[in-house]
Amino acid sequence: MIEVRGLTKRYGSAVAVDRLSFDVPPGAVTGFLGLNGSGKSTTMRMILGLDAPDAGHARIGGQAYRQLRWPLREAGGLLEPRAFHPGRSARAHLAALAAGNAIRQSRVDEVLELVGLESVARKRAGKFSLGMAQRLGIAAALLGDPAVLLLDEPVNGLDPEGIRWIRGLLRSLAAEGRAVLVSSHLISEMALMADRLVVIGKGRLLADTTAAELSSRTPSLEEAFLQLAGDSAQYQARNMS
Amino acid sequence: MTAPASRQPPGRYRFRHLARMEWIKLRSLRSTWLTLAIAVCASAGIALATGGGNRTSGGMSVSNTLVGMLIGVLLIGVAGVLTVTSEYASGTISATFAAAPRRLRVLAAKAAVVGAVALIAGEAAAFLSFFAGGMTLRHGITAPALSQPGVLRAIVLTGASLSLAGLFGLGIGTVIRHTAAAITVVVGVVFVGDEFIGQLDLAIRPYLPLDIVSHSLGATGPACLPGTAPCWLSPWNGLAMLAGYAVIALFLGGLVLTRRDA
Repeated sequence: MIEVRGLTKRYGSAVAVDRLSFDVPPGAVTGFLGLNGSGKSTTMRMILGLDAPDAGHARIGGQAYRQLRWPLREAGGLLEPRAFHPGRSARAHLAALAAGNAIRQSRVDEVLELVGLESVARKRAGKFSLGMAQRLGIAAALLGDPAVLLLDEPVNGLDPEGIRWIRGLLRSLAAEGRAVLVSSHLISEMALMADRLVVIGKGRLLADTTAAELSSRTPSLEEAFLQLAGDSAQYQARNMS
Repeated sequence: MTAPASRQPPGRYRFRHLARMEWIKLRSLRSTWLTLAIAVCASAGIALATGGGNRTSGGMSVSNTLVGMLIGVLLIGVAGVLTVTSEYASGTISATFAAAPRRLRVLAAKAAVVGAVALIAGEAAAFLSFFAGGMTLRHGITAPALSQPGVLRAIVLTGASLSLAGLFGLGIGTVIRHTAAAITVVVGVVFVGDEFIGQLDLAIRPYLPLDIVSHSLGATGPACLPGTAPCWLSPWNGLAMLAGYAVIALFLGGLVLTRRDA
């Protein structure tokens, strides 16, 4: 369970995330939808304690990220597609993270197999394609078998087969009772993957709903999303003039 | 449905877990071993050359055998920078802090691992240099012996300076985050700037890192010759000064780490 309450982040006079509140319940995939630059990544970085909010807070299982006893066993995050040293092997990268949270080393091989990287596990990860890099990032997120998962644009760079794989993986993780938050700017992908949708624009909450409910208002989900996002953009333009 | 949260072991992540994490990170990079090997070989190689070229009638001094250690100081200083700036460059830092959001504990673990590895490499380089320097001496020139007063201290303290260089690099790298800029500060300001600052005011020279390594740590006799300026720091004071630089750099690194977004 993730709770976001009044989360706010400013960069100088620009507001990246503006009093954002929503929940990510267990047992469901929650899609985090917004145009590029709408504040999705900043929100996820604040949930994972990497960026400090200017106001509000985020909690994982009722606790601030910093307070977690074994962070990787409670929440797994995929933020950047290449968050590893290019000279290090996939296996060593995961082994180091596992050691940091006292996760048994045999788990490293388990997650490598789960994401299909076992044959290249000992190769330098710098040679990985974007799709392989994403798989390594997902392996790192799953390392601690966490109850909460946050994935920022996980389908970027994946081929259609990879996209289908990740869709199935996230759905099965949610079916196991985990809270899954997955961001994307691809509305069609979200419609297939997510049970619930949190839509933001210019850092503000635009809708906290289900895909079915959102698309019932307009002929298509895409149209509904663009209408929402477009409204927020116009609102912002009015504010600035 | 499994309940992942209930399977958590007791306790929480500690310094020892993070030290292990940092050790795996360091040892799994080929560049780590390459840098250490170059530092040791270059120091010993220069000692071989210095021994061969030695003409002093009174015998070779221990500090003469250790002149190559400055290369080691430079290389390990840069390696210390890279242990943290390469994490920022690649984005590994977000994975690191996601695993361990208590950042000062991460910095402490990095410092312990970098300091220990650089200490072992530094002592290896210093002892190898000492013996290598004695090996190539011409007939009639006596090599320094471990049994002579101050010789063992000179070797051990000069070896330890590599550890402090690594920690200094780690601190500067943590403050600056960008590889090129941090290396410029470590190499440029500390090693090259040493020459310029030292020329402006001779009185400051005994406190500059380069001079401490070349004149204080390896000294066996009186650190101040009559009538000559400047007076060098004593070996132990020199080491304390270098430790001070490392502590200041790490302190600033810790300050930045807790105040800035990752």
